[in-house]
Amino acid sequence: MQYLPNILFVAALVAGIGFFIRNVKKLARNIKLGKKAVITDNTSMRWKNMLRIALGQTKMVVRPIPGLLHIIVYLGFIIINIEVLEIIIDGVLGTHRIFSSLGRIYDFLIATFEILALLVIIAVVIFWVRRNLIRLRRFIKPEMTGWPKTDANWILYIELILMVLFLTMNGADYQLQHLDAAHYTKAGAFPISQFFTTFFDGMSMSSLILIERSAWWLHILGILFFLNYLYYSKHLHILLAFPNTYFGKLGPKGKFNNLESVTNEVRLMMDPSADPYANSSEVETGEEVPKFGASDVMDLTRIQLLNAYTCTECGRCTNECPANQTGKKLSPRKIMMDTRDRLEEVGKNLDANKGIFENDGKQLLDDYITREELWACTSCNACVEACPVSIDPLSIIMDMRQYLVMEQSAAPSELNNMMGNIENNGAPWPFNQMDRLNWAKED
Amino acid sequence: MESELKVPTMAELSATGQQPEVLFWVGCAGSFDDRAKRITKAFVKILNRAQVSFAVLGTEESCTGDPAKRAGNEFLFQMQAVSNIEVLNAYEIKKVVTACPHCFNTLKNEYPELGGNYQVMHHTQFLDELIKNGKITLEGGKFKGKRITYHDPCYLGRANNVYQAPRDLIAKLDAELVEMKNCKKKGLCCGAGGAQMFKEPEKGDKDVNIERTEQALETKPDIIAAACPFCNTMMTDGVKNKEKEGAIRVMDVAELIANSEDP
Repeated sequence: MQYLPNILFVAALVAGIGFFIRNVKKLARNIKLGKKAVITDNTSMRWKNMLRIALGQTKMVVRPIPGLLHIIVYLGFIIINIEVLEIIIDGVLGTHRIFSSLGRIYDFLIATFEILALLVIIAVVIFWVRRNLIRLRRFIKPEMTGWPKTDANWILYIELILMVLFLTMNGADYQLQHLDAAHYTKAGAFPISQFFTTFFDGMSMSSLILIERSAWWLHILGILFFLNYLYYSKHLHILLAFPNTYFGKLGPKGKFNNLESVTNEVRLMMDPSADPYANSSEVETGEEVPKFGASDVMDLTRIQLLNAYTCTECGRCTNECPANQTGKKLSPRKIMMDTRDRLEEVGKNLDANKGIFENDGKQLLDDYITREELWACTSCNACVEACPVSIDPLSIIMDMRQYLVMEQSAAPSELNNMMGNIENNGAPWPFNQMDRLNWAKED
Repeated sequence: MESELKVPTMAELSATGQQPEVLFWVGCAGSFDDRAKRITKAFVKILNRAQVSFAVLGTEESCTGDPAKRAGNEFLFQMQAVSNIEVLNAYEIKKVVTACPHCFNTLKNEYPELGGNYQVMHHTQFLDELIKNGKITLEGGKFKGKRITYHDPCYLGRANNVYQAPRDLIAKLDAELVEMKNCKKKGLCCGAGGAQMFKEPEKGDKDVNIERTEQALETKPDIIAAACPFCNTMMTDGVKNKEKEGAIRVMDVAELIANSEDP
């Protein structure tokens, strides 16, 4: 029975990590439903972007207040993980504060964790106030009702609880060290939790041990829970921001991809010596004719699907969107949320049908993203510029427009007029190409 | 205009075996829109004054395909691109300048993969270079001390990171450059991009150009400077909507430079 806590701990750890791996696999499978995007160029530039944007948070501080608060929570998350390492080793081996032999360094580390924990608590409270009391515009948009709103608050509550548990555990430990309790090595500096001792004064040693042990267990179980909560929440960005910034678009934002399938057809049309029937065997053999643009998540690239999972719904894109600012339905954040929701739906469909997608009569277009939203975009790239983790909502909008125009001929009639003019007389307006130089002769 | 503009075409030049240093890509707006034609002429006036060796395609020019591409018609875009590239390559064009950021972006970024490789400059970059090389000199002139706010065209600014050249030009006018609350990387769109120019906006509280004009008016400018024919139209409409057209003018940076020494 002596090893019961160790066994329970290892069981919890294996279950937590195992479940997490299962979710990661599901996530990878869903992303792979997208079209392959081969990205092997500019490796060093991509690493640099990842270090600068994801690790260095350079785009977060564009807005100084949330940027600073976010850096606190982010640093807290990363640095306090060193403490989690100690907790795991202690849990498996049944030791207590195994790193305490580091002496002064250990004191310094624990003190740092405590200060960070307090700062995280403050930041999280401010975040909660901004979301729920100040109700900043970008947090109360139509797409932020229901689960997205609950999710956002849950994340804050979980972070708050984890930090309070951490400090409680330390405070009780500190008090126990004072009382010379067995196994409670005198180690660590407790600049924050030492003030908790007023609560613990006069408590019996066994009560203190109960508090310390409970906080210790709840803290690590909470972390394992949070790890597995990620897949179901908008909080995946803490992991996916890294690959996402690596795969983010390089080069000028104004450069949109040229569709290769179209290039081939155009070349065929423009080349008088080309044999128009040269490729017809493909059709005869029943090979799939490529679909232009995107009407569902499977038509998007894996990068675009990764974008969708990475989105943490901060709404900076929507905040900068000229269409959204002037009351149109388009919200770049909603484009990303819809893409993820539809992808999850397709994933669940696969789960339920042994890995084979059963047509559910739904798609991303119309069932999630309306045409009104797509046509409201000015392609100004403000959303792309605003995203702190290199998400590109504009590319999805453009791909869906391509589907509407090239597969469905469903452009707004004014745009059809414009395109007809370009086709017939080389300008978006009905002017004769032969009059193109008239300006030079006019007064 | 004090003297007639000299506008050689590529066809004329190549008939006499000449090759200009730079091709001026006029664009559809610059060719056909009454307001934008004035920008085209202002730019040519400067090119003439600086004795730049240039030519236009004239009737051989066709839409770059930008609005078709942004509207989702990749097919029409590539048809336009391929036939334009055929013309440009036949004339062995190396360098292109254009006063339209949409043409600029498309020619510079989207044509290379389709076989069109040129050094492409926006006219503000080209003018900035002319000044830096001493080809044109500007000493204050009639815009001295005027409050000018500059509206960043999305396809010049965010899309291609050209923020400084137009600002340097305005600085040369000894004018007071006043920035809007959203400028440079955070510049707000005029509402015309992504083929919006050619359709009615979707339902909303207000039009994008009104929002942007309000931001411009907050700076209490004498002049709103633009560097895109479409932005110019949108901002001009916005100023009219606010009934400020008597007090505030919307001008292209090229017009500011061309007119600065006019009496």
